[in-house]
Amino acid sequence: MNIAFSILTVVVIGLIPWIGTTAVNLQYLFGIIIPYAAVIIFLLGVVYRIVKWGKSPTPFRIPTTCGQQKTLPWIKQNRIENPSNVVGVIIRMALEILAFRSLFRTTRAELKEGPRLAYGGFPWLWLAALVFHYAFLTVVIRHLRFFLDPVPFFIAWLARLDGLLEVGLPVYMLSGFALFAAVSYLFIRRVVVPQLRYISLAADYFPLFLILCIAGTGILMRYFFKVDVISVRELAVSLAGFQPKLPDNGIGGVSYLFYMHLFYVSVLVAYFPFSKLMHSGGIFLSPTRNLANTNRAVRHINPWNYPVKVHTYAEYEDDFREQMKEAQIPVERD
Amino acid sequence: MANDIPTPEELAKIDHKPPRKGWMDTPTEFRPGTWSYPGKASALKVLDLPNPREWQPTDEDWKLPENWKEIIIDGLKERLDKFRSLKIFMDICVRCGACADKCHFFLGSGDPKNMPVLRAELLRSIYKNEFTKAGKLLGKMAGARELTKDVIKEWFSYFYQCSECRRCSVFCPYGIDTAEITILARELLTLIGCNINWILEPAANCFMTGNHLGLKPHTFKENIEYMVDDIEEYTGVKIEPTFNRKGAEVLFITPSGDVFADPGIYTLMGYLMLFEHIGLDYTWSTYASEGGNFGLFTSHEVMKRLNAKMYAEAKRLGVKWILGGECGHMWRVVNQYMDTMNGPADFLEGPVSPITGTRFDNAASTKMVHITEFTADLIKNNRLKLDPSRNDHLKVTFHDSCNPARAMGLLEEPRYIIKNVCNNFYEMPENTIKEQTFCCGGGAGLNNEEFMEMRLRGGFPRANAVDYVHQKHGVNMLSCICAIDRVTLPPLMEYWVPEVGVCGVHELVANALIMEGENEREYNLRGELIGETEDNEDV
Repeated sequence: MNIAFSILTVVVIGLIPWIGTTAVNLQYLFGIIIPYAAVIIFLLGVVYRIVKWGKSPTPFRIPTTCGQQKTLPWIKQNRIENPSNVVGVIIRMALEILAFRSLFRTTRAELKEGPRLAYGGFPWLWLAALVFHYAFLTVVIRHLRFFLDPVPFFIAWLARLDGLLEVGLPVYMLSGFALFAAVSYLFIRRVVVPQLRYISLAADYFPLFLILCIAGTGILMRYFFKVDVISVRELAVSLAGFQPKLPDNGIGGVSYLFYMHLFYVSVLVAYFPFSKLMHSGGIFLSPTRNLANTNRAVRHINPWNYPVKVHTYAEYEDDFREQMKEAQIPVERD
Repeated sequence: MANDIPTPEELAKIDHKPPRKGWMDTPTEFRPGTWSYPGKASALKVLDLPNPREWQPTDEDWKLPENWKEIIIDGLKERLDKFRSLKIFMDICVRCGACADKCHFFLGSGDPKNMPVLRAELLRSIYKNEFTKAGKLLGKMAGARELTKDVIKEWFSYFYQCSECRRCSVFCPYGIDTAEITILARELLTLIGCNINWILEPAANCFMTGNHLGLKPHTFKENIEYMVDDIEEYTGVKIEPTFNRKGAEVLFITPSGDVFADPGIYTLMGYLMLFEHIGLDYTWSTYASEGGNFGLFTSHEVMKRLNAKMYAEAKRLGVKWILGGECGHMWRVVNQYMDTMNGPADFLEGPVSPITGTRFDNAASTKMVHITEFTADLIKNNRLKLDPSRNDHLKVTFHDSCNPARAMGLLEEPRYIIKNVCNNFYEMPENTIKEQTFCCGGGAGLNNEEFMEMRLRGGFPRANAVDYVHQKHGVNMLSCICAIDRVTLPPLMEYWVPEVGVCGVHELVANALIMEGENEREYNLRGELIGETEDNEDV
């Protein structure tokens, strides 16, 4: 049900620009207005979400400690998994964000004969997630070739590295295929693993399909149904320079494929701030990871700390004075 | 133990495959052994908590207040504004499933709603429905659903099947902490009077009499004096502890469970002997006679109300600093909440060990030191006379309690102590210790009798790891630094690994201690002949 709904949605999303640029001449809408609108929604949306998170305070210091605390000088502290200063926190966060440290711990629990619970296996999810995110990043950076004139050296260099295999013509870009493969794995995993299928929502399948469509249309355009790259670049440079202009003779080649690709990207970009994809921003603010465990050494302030009703010692002594005296426990008042 | 508990063989047949029917369409079933008795009206009244009444989860009508829905939604909004953690955790989960098989309750029961991701989704679905556009627009497709009385029943069931152990948060790529979600969900439930008695009654007792068990001052003192007698009988050493004594250097606070229940009392006897051995100038308090804090399992406010006694009493007695005993969630409260809630403790001094002169800089602000930090420092400085061979009949392993491990990082201190007071120490497999440690099955106020089946299920991963070292190395003693562990692990061991006993770390310390003026130590603290205990068989 969730899968069908998501597939249907991406199919409809694909049909819109196809009809819009073949049956009706809405190239200006799909080539210029929608991409700009998507970027604006993205920027405003992301800022809105982060400000909204930021408005709520972090009343307590609640890092999840994954290693030895700082204590007696002769006990070796785990400075990264249980940081006690900013440097440690930065390294911990960097490992989390750049290398998916926590996901790397993932093992699978298996109930064997005995009964014996065993934990093990290669962290495939970690690998797939890593490939997915880095391939996506590479693809995005590589695409800057279209927008920037002249092309900065490092982007050209990255593109050369990406096409290192130099198989065929045009050169095969590894990142596109890696992205496609990783997303496929993440999807298949959701369907095949029963627990995952059970928890997966349409909101989990939809972005996967969307990204599959983006990668798919991209690969099709590059290797099978050629699009005139010169005119695409002309459009992209004009967009980036805020002087939007469709190429005089339109996008050459199989242009609807290009518009589909662009529309899928626009939808993803606009959808981003309102979806779980915001995990990329949220992780920076995650209080179990971004705080140092200096809990007992430095006082943490809760901005909304308020006085509460307590049962004071005086009230307590009033309740039990006679018994306390009889038991020779010192009292304040006789 | 109740009769209707399945045998270990039956219980171990666990199906981790979820049913075909979606979770939103699966109603909550209140099967005996999987839920805890609801909070009694009397306990709620002591704490001024809303909606005190007599009710049972198996009742059709839970007697919720008229405007229960409004209370929950407003309560949720208030908490979203107060806790960034909640907002972030509600928003960024991608349901990658890394946490799914990390929860002991899921591993032991196979109930999919015990997967941390789904437990959070029980609340997240309501959050989405009420507070996000996607949820309002797309409903079920976005994972949103309407708040109904059935949802409240489901929350009651599953947020009281989470022991707030935080194991899932170790594996979550965004650090989403189910404990935080459960804590806040329980707060919401408490707003409409849906909480459990095993938490509320101790909390009420603690509020009025100073400890969970409701031991009045003279009884508290008497109980400790019984132990003093036992110590004299077994060691020949007469100890004279003081109570509510002004001007002592140190205030010692430990969970009241150890004042009362076997085998916790042996740990407490261990403290008494240790302090006597080093001549520590300390006092007990009958007012702050509880280290544990079942307020943590009720609401942040109740936690603060109970915790306030520690500093108040330290101030009244004029001590220099506070020493805290072996306890799990107590140390979560002390480490993560106490100073923020009830500090600053500027009337105390930075803790310094009067025996070794070591300054505990890591506790410079809270002024509260963990007993294993204190004892490890004593051993390192050769201030204890020890004969570890007295523990030779024991093959010991160590259970990291969830809270000291994952809310503090107290991992090496107890190990250092154990290795110095025992000759035979074996670690359980690495996926089951330290930051990956498994819950005893009864944390966060779930160690009650009526919840026994779920406790045995939730404790299965822990027991299974103990069984592994029991079979491999002949381990016969499971040591720990938590009073709830000491109450919860014995029936767990009896059920899954009957040959293994449970003890606190300071029981082991005391057995090894060579006290001044002691007799020929024939007996250990349990009154068993040294070297002739039941655990002495070869395995």
